[in-house]
Amino acid sequence: MIKDITIGQYFPGNSFVHRLDPRFKIGITAVFICMLFSADTFAGLGVAAVFFIISYGLTGLPYKLMTRSIKPIIPIIIFTGFINLFFIDGVPVIKIFGIIITDEALRVTAFMMIRIILLICGSSVLTYTTSPIVLTDAIESILRPLNKVHFPVHELSMMMTIALRFIPTLIEETDKIMSAQKARGAELDSGSFMNRAKALIPILIPLFVSSFRRAEELALAMECRCYRGGEGRTKLKTLSSGLSDYIALSVSILVLCGVIIINMGKVSILHAYTTI
Amino acid sequence: MNEDIVKVENLTFYYTNDDEESEAASDRKYVFRELNLSVEKGSFTAVLGHNGCGKSTLAKHMNAILLPCGGKVYSAGFDTADDSALFDIRSHVGMVFQNPDNQIVASVVEDDCAFALENMGVEQSEMRRRVDEALKAVGMYEYHLHSPGQLSGGQKQRVAIAGIIAMRPDCIVMDEPTAMLDPAGRREVMKTIRRLNGDGVTIVLITHNMDEAAQADRVIVMDKGNIILDDKPTEVFSNVELLRSVGLDVPQSTELMYLMKKSGFDTDVHIIDEESCANALFDILNA
Repeated sequence: MIKDITIGQYFPGNSFVHRLDPRFKIGITAVFICMLFSADTFAGLGVAAVFFIISYGLTGLPYKLMTRSIKPIIPIIIFTGFINLFFIDGVPVIKIFGIIITDEALRVTAFMMIRIILLICGSSVLTYTTSPIVLTDAIESILRPLNKVHFPVHELSMMMTIALRFIPTLIEETDKIMSAQKARGAELDSGSFMNRAKALIPILIPLFVSSFRRAEELALAMECRCYRGGEGRTKLKTLSSGLSDYIALSVSILVLCGVIIINMGKVSILHAYTTI
Repeated sequence: MNEDIVKVENLTFYYTNDDEESEAASDRKYVFRELNLSVEKGSFTAVLGHNGCGKSTLAKHMNAILLPCGGKVYSAGFDTADDSALFDIRSHVGMVFQNPDNQIVASVVEDDCAFALENMGVEQSEMRRRVDEALKAVGMYEYHLHSPGQLSGGQKQRVAIAGIIAMRPDCIVMDEPTAMLDPAGRREVMKTIRRLNGDGVTIVLITHNMDEAAQADRVIVMDKGNIILDDKPTEVFSNVELLRSVGLDVPQSTELMYLMKKSGFDTDVHIIDEESCANALFDILNA
């Protein structure tokens, strides 16, 4: 059961989006997030939505997958929706049992919900089309300038690589320890919340001990393979950016500009109203 | 052909109690006293011994993970105590450990195989070539884009070996590489080891599996930090009583021959493999 957990759901493929340089993909995702947060109007949000739908279409992944990434955040969406629905002032439109819902509340709620959904969906395009390892490489490459201020970029990415590598191993180990403790009579999935939390201790302790042992052995194996930090290191795979990466990034920046212009349009319309 | 890849001269090694820097001789736990050993280039040497006999400690001296407290260890011509030669030693004398899971660094087989080369700063195109070559040498090339999690124990250990071969070492020291594997995995790994040796790589195999040791050219038996036997496998395993006395077994074929000899049959205890054992039995039945 615990084995089914996947971190960073990557779906291998060979689409245009898959082949984009991961550094540019991170950049485009950032631009997309800016789009969502700079949009003040439904029109602006609509432009961002269209941008998302087109880029998702380019991944060649089934749209059904999106429901998978939205599912876990449904409670959050509903919660924020409720809060917004009842606590925003405006012209009342619905009155049930003394609860007043205003037009402004409806507008803000719908706006928020669309924004959150797009935010989650948009960032999952990045994780769906980029493997965690490549993502780590991209982060290392983006952070590289920080080396100048003695920020340990290589060490950080090495740690991330190793963490990603050991997640499945440790999950498997947890599974084994759980079975071993169950065989010794541990009750892991019954009893009160406190009891269940306490039952985790005999699982976590062996897990920690074995992780330390693994870490020690890994360090030794790395040293035997001439590991001496990031200096003078070469890479089997280097990230390379091409024309299509620049085009994709430019297009997304243009769309961001479009959204900002739409915002300004709204402002000028309002301004026009007030002057009349 | 008489060149030695590893040469151990009067090696003395002891652990001291960690809690204090007491240099009192009484606190020393000796592993080796004046150990001498040399491993010829291109050979396949097995080091046998019971738990705690110092065989792993010896292996760790061979690529400067541990440094001698007395005496010298020369690996690939370098003194292991020489700090500046550390990376030369480690790229010439590779080391494979027991648990393949704890040796694999990257989440993709070929990335892991490239790890040592990345550390050594090998140029990209050369690296690509050597990674492919190493993976082909252990028969794992078709898995080069897999993640280690998808592989069996034997396959993972072969990937770990490939990661060492990519450095093109002259010698590979293997510290019980099959101890955590199932029989199929053991066979895969042993086959790989024999093939590498056939390609001219010196192999030092630390093991406590008799049947694996029987496949080597030379078997060294250790007990309490001393070398008690050092000969061809057929000669070593004929000392059934001595091996028993230090808590070791003999290959099953030898055991059978030994028992038959004790019961009065005229058998040769220098038999270590199944085929010659079967032939010997056939001869006895025919006589």
